[in-house]
Amino acid sequence: MALLEIQDVSRRFGDFTAVDQVSLAIGAGEFFTLLGPSGCGKTTLLRMIAGFDLPDGGTIRLNGKDLVDQPPEARPVRTVFQSYALFPHMTVAGNIAFPLQMAKTPAAQIPAKVAAALEDVRLTGFDKRFPHELSGGQKQRVAIGRALVTHPTILLLDEPLAALDAKLREEMQIELINLQKEVGITFIYVTHDQTEALALSHRIAVMNKGHVEQLDVPSRLYSYPQTRFVADFIGTCNLLTGLVRTSSDGIVSLDVERLGPVRVATQDAAVLGTSGAIALRPEKICLQAAATELAADNRFRGTVSDFLYQGDVTVYIVTTAEGAKIEALLANSTAGRAKFFEVGDHVEIGWPVEAGHFIPG
Amino acid sequence: MSTLQRSTRLAKWVVSGPPLVYLLFFFAIPGLIMVLASLRSPGEFGGLAPIIDSAGSLDLNLESYARFFEDTLYIRIFLKSIVYALATTLICLALAYPLAALIAKSPPQHRNLLLLLVILPFWSNFLIRIYAWMIILGPQAALARTVNAVLAMVGVEPVNLLFSAFAVLVCLVYVHLPFMVLPLYANLEKHDQALLDAAQDLGANAWQRFWRITFPLSLPGVYAGAALVFIPALGIFAIPDILGGPDDSLIGNVIKQQFLESRDWPFGSVLSIVLTVAALALAGLAAWVGARGQARETARA
Repeated sequence: MALLEIQDVSRRFGDFTAVDQVSLAIGAGEFFTLLGPSGCGKTTLLRMIAGFDLPDGGTIRLNGKDLVDQPPEARPVRTVFQSYALFPHMTVAGNIAFPLQMAKTPAAQIPAKVAAALEDVRLTGFDKRFPHELSGGQKQRVAIGRALVTHPTILLLDEPLAALDAKLREEMQIELINLQKEVGITFIYVTHDQTEALALSHRIAVMNKGHVEQLDVPSRLYSYPQTRFVADFIGTCNLLTGLVRTSSDGIVSLDVERLGPVRVATQDAAVLGTSGAIALRPEKICLQAAATELAADNRFRGTVSDFLYQGDVTVYIVTTAEGAKIEALLANSTAGRAKFFEVGDHVEIGWPVEAGHFIPG
Repeated sequence: MSTLQRSTRLAKWVVSGPPLVYLLFFFAIPGLIMVLASLRSPGEFGGLAPIIDSAGSLDLNLESYARFFEDTLYIRIFLKSIVYALATTLICLALAYPLAALIAKSPPQHRNLLLLLVILPFWSNFLIRIYAWMIILGPQAALARTVNAVLAMVGVEPVNLLFSAFAVLVCLVYVHLPFMVLPLYANLEKHDQALLDAAQDLGANAWQRFWRITFPLSLPGVYAGAALVFIPALGIFAIPDILGGPDDSLIGNVIKQQFLESRDWPFGSVLSIVLTVAALALAGLAAWVGARGQARETARA
């Protein structure tokens, strides 16, 4: 049985449906992420799990027990807020002791537990500091230490790294993964940052307009997006749309506008004449000078119309003669790579049928 | 010196100059005049005797100070005034806190209207508002008649609401309430809801959220309001004059009496100086206790 069962949960604000019949089952010890753009309902769902908001319909069960009658202070669920919400008039130790005091922990046991929590979040020696004397990353750790000190069943994290700079964010991501492994508590993480979600999570629920688009492990979510929204939201993706022209032996041929027939391997049944899309990751496209002949199932000629040099890789925008734009990514360390392409260079792009992923509808 | 430095210095003087001049003319100089007056002798027909007496020597003495400490009457009135002012402050705090919290929690478009209602009484004259209480508390008014009817039912002698300590205290609270509400509101309005959410999430019930989060964070507002209520309440004379009985004279009344009726300016000055020193000492004590309380909270945490 799942630890947390969310069943047909809906939440409406006037005419706006923030969460629309969402059902999820989250297991013990899982690092679970709710991913989606702002306004997709992920934070509303989190607030309902914490108890700050109640569903208009559906149930949320923890260990099989409906949580509806339990106010936030009674739920064995803790939240790490985006703004950290540290108590400014208490020291770091005071902040971390707060939930212990609320839980009526004997005073004699509190210092040891606070010290252990500080060690968990690598802040030993910071106990006498006040929140205004800490950096963003340190505040973040205090907030996590404070939430974990009473060993809750579930830890909810609401975009906890959004306020940190890129470098620190990466460090904190690694720390979060290790911390979660160490304490073994279920983490439910809310973010709009897909790279963060892919890096941290065991499983991800991609949300859009109040419902779950796809629930999967990160690698499957990236490689096999089930909807155009997921394909587009997770990473960068060329979405080639058109009508199904032929379908045989697991190969679908799609009539893509301004590009022509594109073939893709799929296990899904494709109905002739229906519309579909091929999700094609830029790093799966081969890009070569036009003079050479590419051995690939799908081949097109075009010119480089733009490129973005990013250090480790370069992203090229290739425009075909008919005006289709395809994004291709090339590692700058590719062996035998003679030259970088410039804007205006004639190139050939190609990819095998397995490179793309067919999305019906 | 660069032009920038010179203009910064100029800006400093332009900004801090007017308040400095104001404090010099309306606080420092009158204060010095008062100290000087307290050391002079009273004039034969009121006011002050010439500072150079008929023998041609400087007439400065401590006789008025001696008079203050010789008779415990004045000390007792002082203590009574402090008790009244403290009671006023505490009652104002108890009434103003929920009111300020309510205004701070109400929708933003209603807040200004509610604040306007709090300060609306300022639009009518202070004395008129005190006289209005004579009518409200008068023996023929509904309030007194209701109270006495209830008392009669349980067999207690009727009481007089007007010209009593009760009337003085009610009016003191009424007059000073806005001075407590406004700083408290200014403080509570800035509180971050996320802190209360976090406290609740960490297991605090409504009462614990108030005592551990809201109240400690509102202490600057509490101190500001307490100072704004306590200090004027300590020196007030109009309210006891109009609504008080013969035993309700406070230090403000005695000072007024020295200047206007007894016309003993030196002794009036002594009383004023003691009042100022007492108010400053009590404010300092409150600040010290507050700082110590905070240090203790820190140590405990």
